[in-house]
Amino acid sequence: MNPIIELQGIQKIYHIGGEDFAALAGITLNIEEGEFAALMGPSGSGKSTLMNILGCLDRPTAGSYQLGGKEVAHLNDDELAVVRNQHIGFVFQNFNLLSRITALDNVALPLVYAGVGRKERTERAMDKLKSVGLETWAHHKPNELSGGQRQRVAIARALVNNPHIIMADEPTGNLDTKSTKDIMRLFEELHEDHKTIILVTHEPEIAACATRQLLLSDGKITKDAGKGVVMDVI
Amino acid sequence: MLFSESVQIAITALLSNKLRSILTMLGIIIGVGAVIAMISIGMGVRQNVTNSIASLGSNMLIVMPGSANSGGVRSAAGSNKKLKYDDALAIKKQIKNIDYVSPTVNSSYQVVNGNQNWNTSVYGVTPEYLHIRSLTVQSGSFITQSDLNSRNRVAVIGTTVATNLFDETNPVGKTIRINNQPYKVIGVLESKGQSSVGQDQDDMVIVPLTTAQERLLGITYIKSINIQVSSADKIEQVQSEVEALLRQRHHITNGKEDDFNVRNLTSLMETMTQTTTMLTLFLGSIAAISLVVGGIGIMNIMMVSVTERTREIGIRKALGATFQNIMMQFLIESVVIGVIGGLLGVACGVGIALAIAESGLFETVITAAPIIISFSFSVGIGLFFGIYPARKAAKLDPIEALRYE
Repeated sequence: MNPIIELQGIQKIYHIGGEDFAALAGITLNIEEGEFAALMGPSGSGKSTLMNILGCLDRPTAGSYQLGGKEVAHLNDDELAVVRNQHIGFVFQNFNLLSRITALDNVALPLVYAGVGRKERTERAMDKLKSVGLETWAHHKPNELSGGQRQRVAIARALVNNPHIIMADEPTGNLDTKSTKDIMRLFEELHEDHKTIILVTHEPEIAACATRQLLLSDGKITKDAGKGVVMDVI
Repeated sequence: MLFSESVQIAITALLSNKLRSILTMLGIIIGVGAVIAMISIGMGVRQNVTNSIASLGSNMLIVMPGSANSGGVRSAAGSNKKLKYDDALAIKKQIKNIDYVSPTVNSSYQVVNGNQNWNTSVYGVTPEYLHIRSLTVQSGSFITQSDLNSRNRVAVIGTTVATNLFDETNPVGKTIRINNQPYKVIGVLESKGQSSVGQDQDDMVIVPLTTAQERLLGITYIKSINIQVSSADKIEQVQSEVEALLRQRHHITNGKEDDFNVRNLTSLMETMTQTTTMLTLFLGSIAAISLVVGGIGIMNIMMVSVTERTREIGIRKALGATFQNIMMQFLIESVVIGVIGGLLGVACGVGIALAIAESGLFETVITAAPIIISFSFSVGIGLFFGIYPARKAAKLDPIEALRYE
């Protein structure tokens, strides 16, 4: 199988107080299509920075990033926006739903920017809401939903434009144990559907669901292990 | 992304914060309303002034004799004796675009009824004088062509004269004495009040022109010819034709000065129109300032709105919104404020103008131009003052924006 993500010597250097600080010190990494990778690391290890670069929210200072065979490391803001819209689905720790509009409209939002017509948008969004079991809540606003339900809406939104990759940044960080289990089951189902998933977490039990575990520290990948290995984060 | 999509997003955003949206619009509503109301008042004043000048006789040309010249000594204007009744008849007959021609003579006399006397101006006129001065006869009748032809001793008197000579009784049918000759009063004029220069327009006695020339004054010339031109844009043309005709009739060779003067009231009209236009612009520009202040209000609220919705912008960007998408969203929001505010402002301004007219304080004139201009201006203001906040929103870094609490 071809790697969907190919990172070559990715660096991210910040200039702080006249000094250079390397948040990412040369990362080389391939992620295959259909992989379920967990990205772990202590705070300050650079995992958020890596996540932002993988999610095309940010550009690396140096290195090459090929997403589905296309070089995206040096695209401009609008080109990156299109890549995010077409290829990447985001799931955030704090859900990041728009509070003013309904669950259905939230799910349909990426399709608005993809230029999909209203009718098709509603159908596809409803379809995804069904797949996360929330069709009865479609016309409720996010603040009328529980945390677990909100995160499922967010997952439906991440899936609606059929992206290549799902980026989940601490998706269970704000959830109780039961909801956490529900959400993780949902991720496992997505994995069985051959979706590529990259999950950032600091909880070993969550990471244990993934088929591959990456440990980041000081801007470098220090461990890269297969399923079932519970890594010591610190 | 479709334009209609952006409009819908903008309207949803405005509806989600109704009070704030309305308060923001209020600036524009007041601005547009004030512009329209002020300009309607200004235009009303202008119409008022124009009407009162027109009541002096609209589109009027006045031909006066020039000054007499005897051996190089020039007398006062109007003192020569070369303007004749026939000149007036010739003007009427030979020049187009003329409604009325009214030759007049006038002089002051003591007018007597029984033991009452009164000093007033006596005008010798033709029947057309009635139309040219927009006079109406209150009771009785006006001078007719047959009065003119037979030099009848008849008189039409103004209300001031009637009150002074007859007190409460109806003067029609009574006889007054002018210069010791008996004249039968055949009519009383409707009161016209004071003229714009403070002259009592009711203090006059009107007799047939021929009677005045032959029986009162013993002259063959006339003192002025009033000409009413059919439309304002013909005045200049008629004026030069009158001048040419009179020069020809008076045998004035090229290079010699006219022995008459032709004046028109349009220059007075122009001055007044200019003054009232200035007034209108002045009122309008004061109101326009409040429109600009309203625009600054829009900008202020849009800035707050962008800051408040930083996270929303971050989310939209993460999901694939481009610079243009976000720019459009916020720009349309502020334009929608301008459009709705503008519409409500137009309604408000027209309402105020109508209410003022209704109350009788001022006359107001509502025209399309200030409505269209102030509405477009309010939309433009929404656009202009929306650009900066919208750019600010569109330029936000998605990572920073998502992290914003």
